[in-house]
Amino acid sequence: MSYRTNGNRFAIQTFSLSKKFGDLIAVDGIDLSIKEGELFSLLGPNGAGKTTAIKMLCCLLRPSSGTATVMGHDINEDPMAVKQIIDVSPQETAIAEHLNAWENLSLMGRIHGLAKEEVKKRSGELLEMVGLTKRAKEQVRKFSGGMKRRLSIAMALVSDPQVLFLDEPTLGLDPQSRRGIWEHIAELKGRKTILLTTHYLEEADALADRIAIIDEGKIAALGTPQELKDSISDMQVMVVRAKNLTPDAIEGLKKIYPEVKATEDGIEIRAKELSFYEIVDYLRPRGAAIQSTSLKQPTLDDVFLHLTGKELRE
Amino acid sequence: MRFAELAIRNFKEMWRDPISMGLEIGIPAGFLVIFWALGRSMGNESFFTPTMLVPGIAVFGFTFLVMFSAVVLAHDRESALLSRLLTAPLKPRDFILSYSLPYIPVVILQMALCFGIGAVLGLEILGNAGLAFLILLVMGICCVELGMILGLLFAVNQVSGVGSAIITLVALLGGIWIDLGTIGGVFYSVGNALPFAHAINGARDVMVYGAGFSGIATDFYWVLGYTVVFFALGIFLFRRRMVE
Repeated sequence: MSYRTNGNRFAIQTFSLSKKFGDLIAVDGIDLSIKEGELFSLLGPNGAGKTTAIKMLCCLLRPSSGTATVMGHDINEDPMAVKQIIDVSPQETAIAEHLNAWENLSLMGRIHGLAKEEVKKRSGELLEMVGLTKRAKEQVRKFSGGMKRRLSIAMALVSDPQVLFLDEPTLGLDPQSRRGIWEHIAELKGRKTILLTTHYLEEADALADRIAIIDEGKIAALGTPQELKDSISDMQVMVVRAKNLTPDAIEGLKKIYPEVKATEDGIEIRAKELSFYEIVDYLRPRGAAIQSTSLKQPTLDDVFLHLTGKELRE
Repeated sequence: MRFAELAIRNFKEMWRDPISMGLEIGIPAGFLVIFWALGRSMGNESFFTPTMLVPGIAVFGFTFLVMFSAVVLAHDRESALLSRLLTAPLKPRDFILSYSLPYIPVVILQMALCFGIGAVLGLEILGNAGLAFLILLVMGICCVELGMILGLLFAVNQVSGVGSAIITLVALLGGIWIDLGTIGGVFYSVGNALPFAHAINGARDVMVYGAGFSGIATDFYWVLGYTVVFFALGIFLFRRRMVE
């Protein structure tokens, strides 16, 4: 185990980190090295092992095997040292409902050992940052879901942690609230090491310096968003808008092109070589009324589908 | 003193739910009035005098705190908030203290109300009232620590069932309504092995017979011993719950 490798200072390193629940392997020997100040995203569908990985790194779950370090502190051997330098915004909104926003922030700051004056200053700044200054003295049980989530993220920041874990920070929020939270997270980039889990592709694409695609507890791919897209740059993606597409026709097409994804108004086909005529000649006799076809740039969704054979459901 | 911040939060959460808090504080006083009136109606004024009733009813009131304190901890345990708090550098004893301490004012208020109403109804204290108050206070804390254990072992929807069983058990084996000596046998042995009857008997001895500390030392240390054991067991269980 090394805290520094090739001159890089790593905030988080995992070493064959694994977690089993009975026969289920939730996290399967992952090895990650996350640099200080990096915003790193674990991208994967529900049940991929993202939250389990974060819980182990926050010392809430004991690994079945392997270990990890956070700023050089081993999660198994020195959990208290890890807890001194991290904070987390859990997947569920974790706030004290009968306290007001100010009191919630104060609670988190003080139990992390910050002085009263420091907590007051930081709470004021954070409430301003998440746009809750005017509602600071209201009991948070009266807040909307978006406001609670914004407060939950602010609570993770009040202790000024060196490493911040954001577990699905925008889960269940409407697009407007989601974008608002993205802006807050983007403001932190470079100032803190952030490990963000998400199953929203756009979220990882918009925010992360690097992304690890996780599926069934294993890292399927790792790189910057552009590197991941480039990894399938030799793939073509054809978007077909068509009516009367039957499931049989789509399944049949998969025998020619294995990566076919149904969309709202048609299908998307990924392959290294695509033949427009072959596709049209296959679909038309099966009743499909093709309205348009076009080629598009691969997205992270395409990368995920290519690597795992699955779609990330939103 | 990081636990103090969490204790303050728990205190505020409790006091900002006035209905629950009113019930917690008012239950023993309500029972005292009811049983005093029952005694007068039945013509049994030897056992149902305020002086005899107050210690038993105070302990009976504490058994409700077992359930209330267990629910608060179990509720937090099931919510994401406790998970978040567990990522802070707090030790198991900090958590147990922060969930227990806010109940001490409730215990004191319960007793004060019980003794106050008792005084209005004709309570007479022959011995040192502070000593009776002390043994009951320790019993109250003991019940809160028992609540911590239940809150760590059971889910919210299970706590009310287990809590009700404890309330019934204490009513039967604590000597609150019936003197354990009159029952005898296994009930007497089991009741005497538990702390509840000791707290009631100790307080009654002070209030009715004017006993000093030496007269109730066994009862006092019996109750204190249980309190320490429950506190230690709570810490042990919390440590096990901190990391799954």
